[in-house]
Amino acid sequence: MMTISEEYVREFAEKGLRLDKRKADEFRNVEIETGIIKSAEGSAQVRLGNTTVIAGVKMSVGEPFSDKPDEGVLMVGAELTPIADPDFEPGPPGIQSIEVARVVDRTIRESKMIDVKALKINDEAVWIVNVDLHVMNFDGNLIDAGNLAAVAALATAKMPKYEDGKVNYDERSGALPVTTMPISVTTVKINGMLIVDPTKEEENAADARLTVSVKNGGNVCSLQKGGVEGFTVEELHKALQLAGDKQENLRAALK
Amino acid sequence: MRSDGRANEELRELIVKAGVFKNAEGSAYVKMGNTVAVAGVYGPRELFPKFLQDAEKVHLKCRYNMAPFSTKDRKRPGQDRRSQEISKVVADALEPAIFTKEFPKVGIDIYIEILQGDAGTRCAGINAASVALADAGIPMRGLVAAVAAGKVDGDYVLDLTYNEEEKTKADVPVAYVPSLKKITLLQMDGDLSTEDVKNVVNIAIKGCEKIHEAQVEALKSKYAVVL
Repeated sequence: MMTISEEYVREFAEKGLRLDKRKADEFRNVEIETGIIKSAEGSAQVRLGNTTVIAGVKMSVGEPFSDKPDEGVLMVGAELTPIADPDFEPGPPGIQSIEVARVVDRTIRESKMIDVKALKINDEAVWIVNVDLHVMNFDGNLIDAGNLAAVAALATAKMPKYEDGKVNYDERSGALPVTTMPISVTTVKINGMLIVDPTKEEENAADARLTVSVKNGGNVCSLQKGGVEGFTVEELHKALQLAGDKQENLRAALK
Repeated sequence: MRSDGRANEELRELIVKAGVFKNAEGSAYVKMGNTVAVAGVYGPRELFPKFLQDAEKVHLKCRYNMAPFSTKDRKRPGQDRRSQEISKVVADALEPAIFTKEFPKVGIDIYIEILQGDAGTRCAGINAASVALADAGIPMRGLVAAVAAGKVDGDYVLDLTYNEEEKTKADVPVAYVPSLKKITLLQMDGDLSTEDVKNVVNIAIKGCEKIHEAQVEALKSKYAVVL
């Protein structure tokens, strides 16, 4: 069942308007703060309008996966804490948080942002990098906000020291081997109108969603479509174009 | 030339059968090369727990599951994060094709089992599920067809095998409803320019149109009236 405000969002979209008066291709204000959590090797808080996501990077040393003996391990998880929204409940991760985590994980992995081969220590030991996204306040577009937070946290992380088979978290030295910065741009379709950076209301009123993630230089590294409607080929081309245009502003916010 | 001798825009050997199980109201079998998926549909039927009931439309529940023996290394039984995500994107891929508002408050269950996996399992699952929905008599706007495409050694190639998926610059599964001309599933991991993405999606859509023909044939051969 749609709420009254969601019905408004759809009516407005028919006239090409948004409830918060943004243009179709306008992101909300983005603020990124890094190094906010001392216990983490890297951290970042991203505010995208009223959506707040914190990313923390923790590193440990473990065995490599048997099928990738020469590579370190990079994993992204996401938790939608019950603080963040009246509809979020405690308990095991629901499908929404799984999708956010997996899309951000894939984007970072496929962009080869972190050179995982450089995370090998020796034949038995590699660095294991865990990125955990903690959603603190939810107002839509978790994928873009989560991606920005994860990328900012990884880009500013300081590796702990590894000496005599032990990790020394008190001394942090070099940065992670970062090769590129993937940026996600999510477009939703509401009553035929394509808009970027949807709020919670807009997400609930939307027919379909498409996330396009772009590396430095403009190549696409991941796509994810969601929602109960389809996209035409023309709409796909428009979403690719929007991602190409919008990623630059988001990239600038990372600096 | 591809490792299995196919042309770049050629599908693997494709078999589609409608109505393969007795108990399910609709069912289908799809084989794309060495990837085998079956799907069964129950419903529309009463939906519990009650809070899932939607006063405006049917609740589509989809479960994608890989059999433990479907992969080289045994897959641990049960739903992991990957299969939960695939279940969701597959449900989203099918829903646009269904007249969901015809059945408020009830549920349709779609069960997809991957019996043998050689890449493209979600696409094979969608192809089977879509035929199973039609076989169950669910009113639909059209059939959903799906196939992955990618870029290997500079060539755009259709319907990747596992070996090709390893080598591809990107793997792009696409689901398409020919009657609506709409893309209902689109995912990608890899590294492609925007032009490449457009071209890869384009050959995937052409592949979907061919799969669609096989789906229609399968339903016709089950339901054709012999005069």
